[in-house]
Amino acid sequence: MKNVPNFESEAECIRRILAGEKQLFHTLIRPCERPVYFLLMSILRNEAEAEDAAQEAIVKIYRNLHLFRGESQFRTWALSIARNEGLGRLRKTEARREESLDALTEDQAGDFTPAILTSWREVPVQALERKELGALLRQAIEGLPEIYRNVVLLRDIEEMNVRETAAALGIAEGAVKVRLHRARALLQRSLAPRLKEFAPKRGKLFGWGR
Amino acid sequence: MRIDCKHVWEYISAYIEGEVDADLRAQIDKHLETCEICSAVLDSTRNVVVLYADGRIFELPRGFSQRLHERLDIELAKAVP
Repeated sequence: MKNVPNFESEAECIRRILAGEKQLFHTLIRPCERPVYFLLMSILRNEAEAEDAAQEAIVKIYRNLHLFRGESQFRTWALSIARNEGLGRLRKTEARREESLDALTEDQAGDFTPAILTSWREVPVQALERKELGALLRQAIEGLPEIYRNVVLLRDIEEMNVRETAAALGIAEGAVKVRLHRARALLQRSLAPRLKEFAPKRGKLFGWGR
Repeated sequence: MRIDCKHVWEYISAYIEGEVDADLRAQIDKHLETCEICSAVLDSTRNVVVLYADGRIFELPRGFSQRLHERLDIELAKAVP
C-alpha cells in the first residue's frame, strides 16, 4: 500500500498541532493529498474544479481538526470531508443530469461479461512510458459510472483497503467489493482488446521477411 | 462439482484479492487448468489491476502540492484548529 500512515505517530502529530505546532499540519496532510485530489477528480471530473475543491477540503480538514475523534484513520476522516466537499459542489452546479448518484445501485443489472481474447497475456509495464497508454487507462476510468469510478480509484489506484474505502465513501464493505468487481470487469472489457497493441512485440520464428 | 465459466467470472476479482475460500479456489484453479478463455480473462483482469497500480498513470497536476501548501501557510497563519 502507498503512504500507509503510522497510526500512533499520526495521533501524536494531531495532538501537537492542536497544542499549537500548526506547521506540522503540512506533514500530516501530505499522504492524503493524492487520494483527496483523485477522489474529487472522480466526483467533479474537472481538473481545475478538483484542485480548487481539494484545497478547500484540506482547509476544512485543518479548521475541523479538533473534531477528529481518532475512531477511524485520519486519512479516512479526511476523505469523507473531501467527498462531502465534492458532493456539495455537484449539487450546487446541478451537474448530475447525466448520472444520478442515487439512481445507480448494486441491484441494477448490467452487462459485466468480460472481453474474451486469449492472445494478450503480458503486462506491458514498459509501455507505460508511452503517453497513449496512460491516456487510454485514464479514459477508461473516466468512462465508468461514478459509483464504480470512486471505488476503483481508492482501491486499485490509491491502494486503500476495503474497510477504509467503505468508510471514506460512506458505503458498506460488501458494496465496495461488488462495485470493485464490476468496475474491474468493465475495465477489462474496454481495455483488454486495446491493450493488446501495447504488448511487447516478439519475433515470430517463421514470420520474418514478409 | 464442476463450475462453469460464468461462475468463474463472478469470482475473478475476489480470486485476485485472495478472498475466495479454499474450496472455491480449488474449483476455480481446476477450471482454469483446462479453460483457456477463463485463464485469459483472469490474466487480463490482473494485468489491468497491475497497470492501474502504477503511479505514473495518475499524477497530480504540476505544482499542485506547492499551491496547496502556499494556501495552507496563509490559513495556518490566521487560524487555530
